Amino acid sequence: MATILLIAEQAHGHLKKATLSALTAAQQVAQKGGGQIQAVVIGAGAAQSAQELAAYVPTVHAVEGSGFEHALAETHSAAAVEAAKKIGATDVVLAATAYGKDIAPRIAAKLGAGVASDILAVVSANQFKRAMWAGNAIATVEVTTPVKVVSVRATEFPAAQKSGSPGAVQQLGVTAPAPKTRFIEFNEVKSARPELTEASVVVSGGRGTKGDFKPIEELADVLNAAVGASRAVVDAGWQPNDLQVGQTGKVVAPKLYIAAGISGAIQHLAGMKGSKTIVAINKDAEAPIFQVADYGLVADLFKALPELTEEVKKLK
Amino acid sequence: MKILVTVKRVEDYESKIKVKPDNSWIVTEGVNYRANPFDEIAVEEALRVRDTNAPSEVVAVSIGSGAAQAEIRSALAMGADRGILVKHDGFLDSDAVARLLQKVVAKEKPDLVLMGKQAVDVDDNVTGQLLAEYLGCGQATFASKKESLESPEEKAKKPGLQLGADKKTLQVAREVDGGLEVLEVQLPAVITVDLRLNVPRYASLPNIMKAKKKPIEELTPAALGVDVAPKVKVVRVEAPPARTAGIKVPDVATLVKKLHEDAKVV
Repeated sequence: MATILLIAEQAHGHLKKATLSALTAAQQVAQKGGGQIQAVVIGAGAAQSAQELAAYVPTVHAVEGSGFEHALAETHSAAAVEAAKKIGATDVVLAATAYGKDIAPRIAAKLGAGVASDILAVVSANQFKRAMWAGNAIATVEVTTPVKVVSVRATEFPAAQKSGSPGAVQQLGVTAPAPKTRFIEFNEVKSARPELTEASVVVSGGRGTKGDFKPIEELADVLNAAVGASRAVVDAGWQPNDLQVGQTGKVVAPKLYIAAGISGAIQHLAGMKGSKTIVAINKDAEAPIFQVADYGLVADLFKALPELTEEVKKLK
Repeated sequence: MKILVTVKRVEDYESKIKVKPDNSWIVTEGVNYRANPFDEIAVEEALRVRDTNAPSEVVAVSIGSGAAQAEIRSALAMGADRGILVKHDGFLDSDAVARLLQKVVAKEKPDLVLMGKQAVDVDDNVTGQLLAEYLGCGQATFASKKESLESPEEKAKKPGLQLGADKKTLQVAREVDGGLEVLEVQLPAVITVDLRLNVPRYASLPNIMKAKKKPIEELTPAALGVDVAPKVKVVRVEAPPARTAGIKVPDVATLVKKLHEDAKVV
């Protein structure tokens, strides 16, 4: 009988959305292996977030207090391991966010567990699908250790539904180990546009923009989209590196991806071909991007994008 | 100070990746290999930290087949001082790699371990964190910096990692969800680097020549006393679902109509 520990992610008493996707994956593990789920929430505001999570999970442990204020990998992984040991967890499941990626391997090492990272699907109780080579291959991996740690690509699992009866919240007393890391500051990036990896629409520009991103940005604004760029654009210094979509940049899978003036190098395709609907706009009818596009328009982006922006405005 | 930096031999991201007909792995024939791009950023940063804190040494370590000598040589050509190859043919899971690196660290006793945040072959993003836990030291993943890659600091090749005045701590800006977090880690520590930390240098011809004379020590898992049986096995590799062939639309009006009525995305 499996006992699955879900590690929630929260900030200031509010649960992060990705946690509910990780819960869905945990439920699939529970279903395939036969077992039950408990959760742990760690950090300042954990008790409050635990109440929120109790609407979904029968037992939620909350770890709060001195040493856990900041999400340091050393202290948070230690608390997660305490919770795992307390409930005799056979599986530890969490979202593969920056937080999850930071702590999952440390938890695995402490538990002598194998870690399957950033999984796309639960195949069986110990086999999972995950992307390799930037999504150019999908591997089925098997975790061979008695205890397993699994981090979950949140965009691949729907959010879990509330259960009929609310669960119980228990305080879990853990003494934080003295970390060798100190929090200094957090500089929040404030942008009017959504984050590239979280946006449901992405408008990207390539070499065809010749560095002029105005039409890309104007379309992005009417679609509430994030702006992306090809490697050529970043290498030319036309746009900052963090906008790069591709194998060595950001891997995105939005509902709608619009590639304008992008030829479609393998490197770029690897970063966006998981998108639900792909639109390609390029002057060159032979550009490889058209081979992955659901809708291709052979046109000059400087003419087509402003038109597209106007048409979308009319719809809204 | 001594800096250990990893360089993994990986498939070139410009190569076409094809799955083997028996679904055991990818086709490796005819594929170009190179150093993991994230590791190249780690090497660049190691060199910058070294050159602003003399006397220091940068040791490039790779784990893999004899062919990985080439990736160590490329790190040496960038400017690393010497190399270590832990020779092993065949698959190693990230946990085995972390435990091998743990032994290399025990032998070399570096003040700092710099690694790419992930290798662009298996895309695990776990080895640095595993290593930090096995070493019982602090970590800072996704190292980045506040200054842009077009900034004067970057042009002057200043390190993004800030060594404390007593050289016992390092300040690291991390690219996390929603912003940049700054941590101070006690040395020795493991730092994994992200894309925006720096732009790696190209090796100059004289440095490529010089690199040929730099020493590379060879070790084996057996000599390091590490059992490399995997905790995570790859049981099957498949091609991703193929995209269905799309259609060409004649004009913007048709495109919008399709997106609105068929795909229902605008």
